[in-house]
Amino acid sequence: MTQNRAKIRTEGVNVHYGATHAIKDVTLDIPDKTVTAFIGPSGCGKSTFLRCINRMNDTIDVCRVTGIITIDGEDIYDRRIDPVQLRRKVGMVFQKPNPFPKSIYDNVAYGPKIHGLARNRAELDEIVEKALRRGAIWDEVKDRLSEPGTGLSGGQQQRLCIARAIATEPEILLMDEPCSALDPIATSQVEELIYELKNNYSVVIVTHSMQQAARVSQKTAFFHLGTMVEYGETDEIFTNPRDERTENYITGRIG
Amino acid sequence: MSPLWTPLFILALAIAGFFAARSRALSTAGGNPRLMHSLPRVYGMNALIWTAAPALLLLAALTLAQPMMQERQVMSALPDSLTASAGETSLAMAEICRIAGGIATAIENRSLSKDAALQSSDIGTLRDALTGAGIAVTPETSAEILNGAQDWYAYDRRAALLHAVLALGAAALGLVWALRRARKDVNARSTVERGILLLLMGAASVAILTTVGIVFSMLFEAYHFFQQYSWREFFFSTNWNPRFQGGSDLGMLPLLWGTLYISLIALIGAVPIGLFAAIYLSEYASRRMRSIAKPLIEVLAGVPTIVYGLFALITVGPILRDYFAAPMGLGNSASSVMTAGLVMGIMLIPFVSSLSDDIINAVPQSLRDGSYGLGSTQSETVRHVVLPAALPGIVGAILLAASRAIGETMIVVLGAGAAAKLSMNPFEAMTTVTVKIVSQLTGDTDFASPETLVAFALGLTLFVLTLILNVIALYVVRKYREQYE
Repeated sequence: MTQNRAKIRTEGVNVHYGATHAIKDVTLDIPDKTVTAFIGPSGCGKSTFLRCINRMNDTIDVCRVTGIITIDGEDIYDRRIDPVQLRRKVGMVFQKPNPFPKSIYDNVAYGPKIHGLARNRAELDEIVEKALRRGAIWDEVKDRLSEPGTGLSGGQQQRLCIARAIATEPEILLMDEPCSALDPIATSQVEELIYELKNNYSVVIVTHSMQQAARVSQKTAFFHLGTMVEYGETDEIFTNPRDERTENYITGRIG
Repeated sequence: MSPLWTPLFILALAIAGFFAARSRALSTAGGNPRLMHSLPRVYGMNALIWTAAPALLLLAALTLAQPMMQERQVMSALPDSLTASAGETSLAMAEICRIAGGIATAIENRSLSKDAALQSSDIGTLRDALTGAGIAVTPETSAEILNGAQDWYAYDRRAALLHAVLALGAAALGLVWALRRARKDVNARSTVERGILLLLMGAASVAILTTVGIVFSMLFEAYHFFQQYSWREFFFSTNWNPRFQGGSDLGMLPLLWGTLYISLIALIGAVPIGLFAAIYLSEYASRRMRSIAKPLIEVLAGVPTIVYGLFALITVGPILRDYFAAPMGLGNSASSVMTAGLVMGIMLIPFVSSLSDDIINAVPQSLRDGSYGLGSTQSETVRHVVLPAALPGIVGAILLAASRAIGETMIVVLGAGAAAKLSMNPFEAMTTVTVKIVSQLTGDTDFASPETLVAFALGLTLFVLTLILNVIALYVVRKYREQYE
């Protein structure tokens, strides 16, 4: 596999929730235009680490992040960086589908509108259609764009949320267990979509399902009790893990 | 014997029944609760319910029904001269009740012997005996009235005894029945559960029936009013000028206008401030700040409205007059729509803010995360995501505040005055429906003239108005809920 240049670099990242030390000294490079999976048992800190990459942890009062995280060589925790600008570049999809209580169209148009990406209605229509097509949901919703997004099925809602995240043209897409609330059919649709997305974005996905990590990702990081135990090519991790803890996890002995 | 003794005795019997049934049920199982269908205390509860509930209900029903039956009996004995019209009949009955009450008190105080009160058939001696016992009886009080009072007292005593016997009998029957059923294989639990269900249903229906009763009493009196006064005049006349000598103008439009004008000003003040305060508290304030500020705002809700009224009267009114109304040439009255509206607005702030704050807090965090994740700022998130999601609840809160504003009286009396006027000038004194209801019903009133009865028509109008507001609120909430969830 060809090695892309690093899109995201982290160096000695520590996260504290009040007195809890949630992430311990994590250093890794995430390449561009690949899918990187974070796996590990519940409470191992993989979601927390993911939320550091777009500074979503800023919205939590007691959370403190130290260490260096750079995107394209720029320190995102630098004081000059506006987290709002950053999050436009780093889109996020959440565990539970969370469409806004608005129409399908307005859900997707929300990001472009607040960032002023469209000069007129026609351009906005175009952006929305493009995002919905990339989110692999256009054919299902094109005739009912004015209906509420909350009326869709769970899988459709999650693809709508992915389309919504894509619409602001991010460079990185963070996904926090995007399939954990979905049934197997919806899961396979979303997985297919994630696999496609790597052609345009660098995708980081947190998942509980090792099969899912194996199916969609090229790189995998295994987290355990707040530390990153092992990071490498997905095939390597699953077939030939170096660390005993990784082996125990993927063979089902812990977690 | 005081009428309170009977229910107390029934309760004592019921409590005794509780312990008796519990131990009896336990003994049928040989002292082993595991062999019993229900817990021992459930058998006790069963006995308690069976002893107390039917007996007390019977007692209540008898006590309510008795005066009506008694009145009919005593009334039928009265001569036609005293029952010529409804007014005279009720006057005669009131007199009879008063004297009968006097007799009862006098006998209890031993200032009158029972024989003297009941046996004396000679009116002269009876009158003397009553006067001697300190009961006001004029020489004009007719013999029929005095006889009626004697009958009334006698019926009262007989009824009290009869009721006590019947109720205690019912209690004893219930106790015996429950004790017989206090056996280990009897399902006492479902009986007790049903008893609790009935109790809860009873509480709910009391609330509903009271509302229905209020509406009917208003409808009844309003109907009397519209028999005496044209409804066209009432609803469409712009003149409010009641005169107790008769010939009043009772047009409600000036009052309705005052109500709506003052409420509007109050809401224009309260809704933005309350809503912004709620947004600050729920979205921006730190937890510490919130825990201090929220109770402080809610203190405003606990201030009695008469205190707000004083504030309007001595502070807000004069300030508005001296610095706004007089320099602008809009009038020189301290009482004005603006005064009452502003102070009422202050009163409504905690209603709007407290309810909206709860509703905004109920918006799921995942929606906010979604919005932040797309790179929107905090205020964009509030405007485009949180407020639309909370809208149905916020509309509900505003309409609740509007109902309060429409029903408010004290602030209006002290802040806006009592002059019914139809004017656009917000610095002029006006008044509202509620104030006029109070002023029409204060003082000596007979409930027969249109000047008094108009209060009920006004009350009914107000009731319908707030009802319409509530229906709109329900409609709005339901509509948006369908769209959003």
